[in-house]
Amino acid sequence: MELYRSHVLVCGGTGCTSSGSRNIMDEFNSELEKHNMQNEVKVVGTGCFGLCEVGPIVIVYPEGAFYSHVKVEDVPEIVEEHLLKGRIVTRLLYHDSIAEDQEIKSLDEVGFYKKQMRLALRNCGVIDPENIDEYIAFDGYKALGKVLTEMTPEQVIDTIKASGLRGRGGAGFPTGLKWEFTRNAVGDKKYVCCNADEGDPGAFMDRSILEGDPHSVVEAMTIAGYAVGADQGYIYVRAEYPIAVKRLTIAIAQARQYGLLGKNIFGTDFSFDIELRLGAGAFVCGEETALMASIEGRRGEPRPRPPFPAVKGVFSKPTLLNNVETYANIPQIILNGPEWFRTIGTEKSKGTKVFALGGNINNTGLVEVPMGTTLREIIYEIGGGIPGGKKFKAAQTGGPSGGCIPAEHLDTPIDYDSLTQIGSMMGSGGLIVMDENNCMVDIARFFLDFTVDESCGKCPPCRIGTRRMLELLDKIVEGKGEDGDIEKLEVLAKNIKASALCGLGQTAPNPVLSTLRYFRDEYEAHIKEKRCPAGVCQALLSYFIVAELCKGCGLCAKNCPVNAISGERRKPYTIDTDKCIKCGVCMEKCPFAAIIKQ
Amino acid sequence: MKSLSELEEIRKRTLESVNLRKDRSGTRVVVGMGTCGIAAGARPVLLSFIEEIKKRNLQDVTVTQTGCIGVCRYEPMVEIYRPGEEKVTYVKMTPEKVKRVVAEHIVNGRSVTEFTIGAVEK
Repeated sequence: MELYRSHVLVCGGTGCTSSGSRNIMDEFNSELEKHNMQNEVKVVGTGCFGLCEVGPIVIVYPEGAFYSHVKVEDVPEIVEEHLLKGRIVTRLLYHDSIAEDQEIKSLDEVGFYKKQMRLALRNCGVIDPENIDEYIAFDGYKALGKVLTEMTPEQVIDTIKASGLRGRGGAGFPTGLKWEFTRNAVGDKKYVCCNADEGDPGAFMDRSILEGDPHSVVEAMTIAGYAVGADQGYIYVRAEYPIAVKRLTIAIAQARQYGLLGKNIFGTDFSFDIELRLGAGAFVCGEETALMASIEGRRGEPRPRPPFPAVKGVFSKPTLLNNVETYANIPQIILNGPEWFRTIGTEKSKGTKVFALGGNINNTGLVEVPMGTTLREIIYEIGGGIPGGKKFKAAQTGGPSGGCIPAEHLDTPIDYDSLTQIGSMMGSGGLIVMDENNCMVDIARFFLDFTVDESCGKCPPCRIGTRRMLELLDKIVEGKGEDGDIEKLEVLAKNIKASALCGLGQTAPNPVLSTLRYFRDEYEAHIKEKRCPAGVCQALLSYFIVAELCKGCGLCAKNCPVNAISGERRKPYTIDTDKCIKCGVCMEKCPFAAIIKQ
Repeated sequence: MKSLSELEEIRKRTLESVNLRKDRSGTRVVVGMGTCGIAAGARPVLLSFIEEIKKRNLQDVTVTQTGCIGVCRYEPMVEIYRPGEEKVTYVKMTPEKVKRVVAEHIVNGRSVTEFTIGAVEK
């Protein structure tokens, strides 16, 4: 292996790739060649660094210079100044990575990373995910070696049980127990599956793990195969994740080539192999029974449980099904021991959780924190707060199955149980931040619209019930709400929760219930006063010109597409609300901010 | 893959090359690469540092470059930082001198006084 004096790490996660990081890599390579430095400096494509907001990101070692918003045109300058002459290009450095004395801070000291603890994401942004050797260099496949040569399957299961690891897919079922059930189930053949059908709007942690560290999942599944007695694994991954699919394919091929998948791994009599199954983008296929039906090649529809997958899963054989992030924790637990893992997190939720930060937040991106971190720390310290200094209103966790957390619970330590208690849920880890300009009724409507769209239609409570709820919400946001609508929503929600077939239907009413719990006044304002307090619902808004502020320039009238604004020059103009189509152009054009909507 | 030792072999081999991305500690070799340094032959000096470090399989040593150190007439100049020690500045370096510096200073911890700026200034 060549020794290089400098490494240029270019983020190859989905976010940075779509803003052109491939071209940046190519440009680095050709610029390095131009300066004849290709044997001194190595360019590495990595997984997600987490701080997607400032991408594309390039980190240059050994200095650890963190360049943000890098453009192809910037590359020649970085190569010539930094790599050739050793002068760091300060103008491109991420602003928070420069200390007061102008020195570069180590990444751990940057606000975004300081409070984080990266276990599942430990290799993301550090290794080249398409190179198995780099994974091995950071202790990869060591856990598998230890398991196969030193431990019995029972010991492996006991270790996972003792660690307190719970499923990261959302429900938080103890992982060790699941493994034990699958091991104890009777069957001539067993399967190990990985749920990589990440479908929640705004969630991208599984994707980033698969893109940044695919071998961790391959290794963990092989360990699981040994523990439960399976010789075949399936990873069910969305076809909409082309980079993840590509890197998984490469990872599996490399593992096979090294004999880390296949027959007689490490010279033992244990054999295991993994295949990919691509999902076609149905949200319901993230539900375990639907997912397994889809793996078998049948239509992705859930079925009643029990029997649980541990007893009767893929091809009616006992099957272990875990989420990507759950697997990513396994090798570390084996290597460092369950006691180490138990020291992280809260009493009932051990370890860390990855959250995908989105919505109205400064540092959009991927963060991993110990369980028990408060929402305030995540949003204000790691996330950098809300743009424009606006007021925090609520955060949605758990996507369309979860609920919102209002400002009064900002200091609740986040774990599985505390979130359930305040009416939300951990879910897969999407965390959408909403500020004072978001209408909670509109948010609930958005999520319900999503579930109505994604309902598979097998059971009536979900197929018909959620649609009726959506119709009620549509009515409310259009200003046609009536007394009793809220109560109808509540009855429907209760019944759907109690009677739907699978998790998708049972949790679909959650966004409505939790917004009703914390923001009932907003629903009432829509229904009784026909007013949207946040100023979002178009049907309930009217535009007005404040006479004292209007200078009579006429710009608004000139730009109004329906001629709803009239007036005399140098005198206050007025809007004819009957003609107005509420496009908002006048408000944008007014140089004196004299137009308001309410 | 037949055995754990094979895995360990790959791990060690690759770790050398990715170690760079871990925290910055250990010995730092900084080569002056301003226009003056480059003109005086800093590049072969830099390359032979990399070469020597690789040959001796030294862990925890990074080679970086910097701009003009300021005493252009003594270029190529190299500064070596070892944790807890004063920095040592070598002047008028050549690939031959690099071999001795690596062997005596970086490996054995004794600076090569005759190559340092102090010796030349006298």
